[in-house]
Amino acid sequence: MSNKSIHTIFSTAVPLPMENVDTDQIIPARFLKATTREGFGKNLFRDWRYENDNEATPKTSFVLNNPAYKGQILIAGKNFGCGSSREHAAWALKDFGFDVVVSSFFADIFSNNALNNFLLPVKVSDEFLQQLFDAIKEEANTMIRVDLPNQLISIEKTGESENFSINSYKKECLMNGFDDIDYLLNMKKDIEAFEKQIH
Amino acid sequence: MGKTLFDKIWDKHVVSTIEGGPSVFYIDKHFIHEVTSPQAFKGLSKRGLKVFRPQNVVATADHNVPTLNQHLPITEELSRKQVEALKENCAAFGIELYGLGHPYQGIVHVIGPELGITQPGMTIVCGDSHTSTHGAFGTIAFGIGTSEVEMVLATQCLLQTRPKLMRINVEGELQPGVLSKDIILYIISLISASGATGYFVEYAGSAIRSLSMEARMTICNMSIEMGARGGLIAPDETTFRYLEGRQFAPKGEAWDSALQYWKTLSTDHDAKFDQEININAADIEPMITYGTNPGMGVGITHNIPAVDSMSVSDQPSFIKALHYMGLEGGKPIMGQKVDYVFIGSCTNSRIEDLRLVAGFVKGKKKADNVEVWVVPGSKQVEQQAVKEGIDKVFEAAGFQLRQPGCSACLGMNEDKIPAGKYCISTSNRNFEGRQGQNARTLLASPLTAAAAAITGKVADIRELM
Repeated sequence: MSNKSIHTIFSTAVPLPMENVDTDQIIPARFLKATTREGFGKNLFRDWRYENDNEATPKTSFVLNNPAYKGQILIAGKNFGCGSSREHAAWALKDFGFDVVVSSFFADIFSNNALNNFLLPVKVSDEFLQQLFDAIKEEANTMIRVDLPNQLISIEKTGESENFSINSYKKECLMNGFDDIDYLLNMKKDIEAFEKQIH
Repeated sequence: MGKTLFDKIWDKHVVSTIEGGPSVFYIDKHFIHEVTSPQAFKGLSKRGLKVFRPQNVVATADHNVPTLNQHLPITEELSRKQVEALKENCAAFGIELYGLGHPYQGIVHVIGPELGITQPGMTIVCGDSHTSTHGAFGTIAFGIGTSEVEMVLATQCLLQTRPKLMRINVEGELQPGVLSKDIILYIISLISASGATGYFVEYAGSAIRSLSMEARMTICNMSIEMGARGGLIAPDETTFRYLEGRQFAPKGEAWDSALQYWKTLSTDHDAKFDQEININAADIEPMITYGTNPGMGVGITHNIPAVDSMSVSDQPSFIKALHYMGLEGGKPIMGQKVDYVFIGSCTNSRIEDLRLVAGFVKGKKKADNVEVWVVPGSKQVEQQAVKEGIDKVFEAAGFQLRQPGCSACLGMNEDKIPAGKYCISTSNRNFEGRQGQNARTLLASPLTAAAAAITGKVADIRELM
C-alpha cells in the first residue's frame, strides 16, 4: 500500500458542499471491473466531472475542474460515502491525491474502507463544517491543518479549530502504518482456540 | 437487564476485545462475488497466505454477468476477465463456486437463503452492502470492503466496534396492495438515507411477524439505505418452516439441536435499545421514490414535496435531485410516464415477487411505451418460475424473462437504462447514474412496478386490483 502512515496534513482543500454523496458518484459501477487497486483516481466523480463521459469536455462547474481548488483534503456535505460498500471509492480518492476527507457525517462502510487505506475521515460538527466552507469560499487557498496526534483540525488563517474523535487503536494504526490484517494474523492462535470452544 | 437479539449473537462471536478499540469478531459465513474479491485474493498471494477456512466461504458470479445467452462466453472483455479471475481464485484457494452454468448460481443474497446456508444466529459478511438481507433469519450480516474481504479470507475474523442498536416496531395490518418493500421505503422516507447510520436495526412488531421470509428479506436488504450497518428480525416458526429441508440446512439430530438454539434467539422483554421507532402499518401506502436517494420517497397518492418545504440547507441537494430526475416539486408523481420496468435485484427477485407480479399481470398486456425486464434472482427461481408457468404469463404480457444476475440494479452488465429514460425499478438504489448514465430511477414494490408495466405510467395498484 502506498502513502502509509499519517501524522499531520497541512494543505489547501477542495470543497464539495453536497449532501449524501454516494459511492456510485465517487466511482461509478462501470469502473469496478478492474482486478487491481490502482488507477481509480482518473475516474473519481467521473459523471460529475465530464460531459458525456468524455475527458475532452469537462463540466466547468464541477469543483475538481476548477483550478482554484486543489489539495490533499476534500471537504464534503453530510453523509459522505453512503450506498455501495465498494472500496474502490476510497481507492479512487486516495489515488487522486486526497489523504483526508472532512464531513459532518460518514457512512459506516466508507469510513472503515477509508481507514483501511490510510485515507483519514475527519468528522466535524455541522457548524465547523460550515466554517470550513465559508473560509474556503472567501479564499480558495485557505490552509487547513489536520493534526492526527492531537486530533485537531484548524483553519490556519482564522485560528478556528475543532477536536475530532478516532478510536485509539485506529489512530495508532494510522500513525504507524499498521493494517488490521497484521493484527488479525497475529491473533491466529486465539482464533483457533475460539473455534474449538464454539464447536 | 435483558439482552437484545443482536447482543446474544454478538457476544457469542467476540474472540477478544482491544482496550479502547474494536473487538476481534468471528465470521461464520463469508459470501464472495467477482467484483469485490480479486484484489483481496491478490493481497493473500502477495503475503503468501492461504484461505484460513475455505469451507466457510461460498462464491457466485452475479454482478456483471449477462442476463441473456449465459451459455455463451461473456462478450464484454473486462466482465469476462473478472468472472474468470473468480473462477481461477476459487480453484486456487479451494473455495466452492456456484458460477455461471451451475444450478445454484444467482445473486449472492438470493442463493444464500434459498440454499439454507444462511441460518439463525450466524455472523455473515460479503463485499456487498446488501448483505444485510441475511438478517431476515436472525443473523448479524453486513457488507464489507475489499480489505476486509481479505481479512476474513485470511483469518475468518474482522475488527469490529459494537454499533448502537435501534428497534423499529411496525404494528397492525397492511392495506391490500401494500408490500414489505413499501414498509421499508416508508421507513427510509421517514428517517432519511442517513437516519440509522451507526446503528444496527431490529425490525419487530405484528406486521413484521406476519411477513413471509422473502418479504422479510426485502426489508432487511434495504437497511443499508438508511445508513444502518445491518438489520435483523428474530427467527420464528416462519423462519424454521422456510429452512427445513433446504440443501444446506441441518438434518436429523443436528436440526433438532439447531432448532433448540434458534428458539432462544429473540430480544428479552427488558432489553434496552438506543433508539426506538413505532410505525402503524395501516398508515403505509404503496410507495415510490422521486429523487436520487432512497429516502426521497412518498406515498403514491402524495405530491412530490415542494422546494420551499425543505430547510434552506437541504434545498441545494433537493433541487439538484429534482433537476436530475426531470420532476417538479409540489406536483403529483402519479401519472408520470415511464419507459422501462425492471423487476429484479437482491431486493425483489425471488419466486414470491415473480408470483405476485404474474398473478396481477395474467391476461393483461404491457403498455406499448414500456420495455419490461424481469430478472430472476437465481437459477432456482428461474426454474421454479418455468415450472409454475410464470414464464408463459410474462411472455403473453410482453415481458422479457431474463437469466439470473444483478442486472439493471447497477448496470454493470449490458442491462442499462438509457440516458433521460424513466425506469420503475424494484431494486434498492435510485442514485444518479445507478442504472445507466443519466438514467432516472423510481424505486417501488413489484406490484407497483407491474402496475406501471401495464399502464405505462406511475399508477396506484390498489385501483387496479
